[in-house]
Amino acid sequence: MTVTDPAPDAAAAELQEQFDAVIARHDRVEPRDWMPEKYRATLVRQIAQHAHSEIIGMQPEGNWITRAPSLRRKATLLAKVQDEAGHGLYLYSAAETLGASRGELTEKLISGKQKYSSIFNYPTLSYADVGTIGWLVDGAAICNQVPLCRTSYGPYGRSMIRICKEESFHQRQGYELLMTMMRGTDEQRAMVQESVDRFWWPALMMFGPPDADSPNTAQSMAWGIKRDTNDDLRQKFVDMSVPQAERLGVTLPDPDLRWNAERGAHDFGQPDWDEFMAVVKGGGPCNAERIAHRKRAHDDGAWVREAASAFAAKGA
Amino acid sequence: MPDSQPEDFAADGGHGAVPLDGVPTALGEQPPSGEWPLYEVFVRGKRGLNHVHVGSLHAADDTMAVHHARDVYTRRNEGVSIWVVRADAITASSPDEKDPMFAPAGDKVYRHPTFYDIPDDVPHM
Repeated sequence: MTVTDPAPDAAAAELQEQFDAVIARHDRVEPRDWMPEKYRATLVRQIAQHAHSEIIGMQPEGNWITRAPSLRRKATLLAKVQDEAGHGLYLYSAAETLGASRGELTEKLISGKQKYSSIFNYPTLSYADVGTIGWLVDGAAICNQVPLCRTSYGPYGRSMIRICKEESFHQRQGYELLMTMMRGTDEQRAMVQESVDRFWWPALMMFGPPDADSPNTAQSMAWGIKRDTNDDLRQKFVDMSVPQAERLGVTLPDPDLRWNAERGAHDFGQPDWDEFMAVVKGGGPCNAERIAHRKRAHDDGAWVREAASAFAAKGA
Repeated sequence: MPDSQPEDFAADGGHGAVPLDGVPTALGEQPPSGEWPLYEVFVRGKRGLNHVHVGSLHAADDTMAVHHARDVYTRRNEGVSIWVVRADAITASSPDEKDPMFAPAGDKVYRHPTFYDIPDDVPHM
């Protein structure tokens, strides 16, 4: 790869100029283009941690595949979890265009050097959680991801377009599942409410800390990597979710949530950022379990990878 | 946010906020030995269209690459035909070349039909 070669001063200035021009006209940066080292590092970190989130994100729902209430729900859940694996692979593929290696990224996930979204460190305690994750967690992800389809790095944007198309199925199957349960017994309605109570705040945390605490947002937006601020996206998500909750017949667990006619938007409370920090630092209910499971799957698959390599070598 | 917390976070990555500080992004580490080779994947969306590049994947050999490509890139009938080729077998032009590869086409406007003035009243042209 030539992207990281230090260029002599004059040439470096010219390369920087070309790069700035591409960004300024909202054109896309492609893998073999010269790019500033910090731009490349920002993308590697972002894409890798996004990929890890998709891969770890298979676990909370995968937990319920063997206990799906019907064949229809089981087929849906299997397809959804398989999609999450696919999303992880699209993103690893995008990260590799920046010079990262797949094995290296996997190693950094398993060793805890790179992280994944803290939402997946919460447990799934009932089948209603499959619906709530689809509705709220994937709904929040869609809010984050749709603007990323226009991100300045070509391979990342193209991955996001594929992912967004598939996320729409994820959200709809979740909402439909919850609607079905809401038409059921009192006990089932209580399960849905209990599940929404647990996931609402972690879903709001998915957008990250308030803008005032996100000093890197400005640089990422200048580079066209990020398109909207954390607070803008969180507001959009709340405004979208409120009427959906009403239609579903559940209450969102925020006493401060109310329509503000002046702003034309909902006012709402802040998530518990101390809890967020604790979960990110490893103190969430499932952090250790998630990584242990990923490591076990990787280790248990080693003999398969080796056997396939040996077979390929024999045929070559 | 508590003041004692120096780390920075962003939700840029889609599925929620992740740390920005202290996350290694360096290149140049040798890939672990035994990593399967990288393949580029091309899919023909439907008959009558070209194969188009859709992404890449790792596989032990060509046959496995085709199977993986089906699972990763055509879960929803996105294609009727797949090509895979090892990434290290591709030769590409470099965007960094001083004398740009595509400059020769730049000053040859006479290769385009719009270069030629034809009166509006000439039919079928």
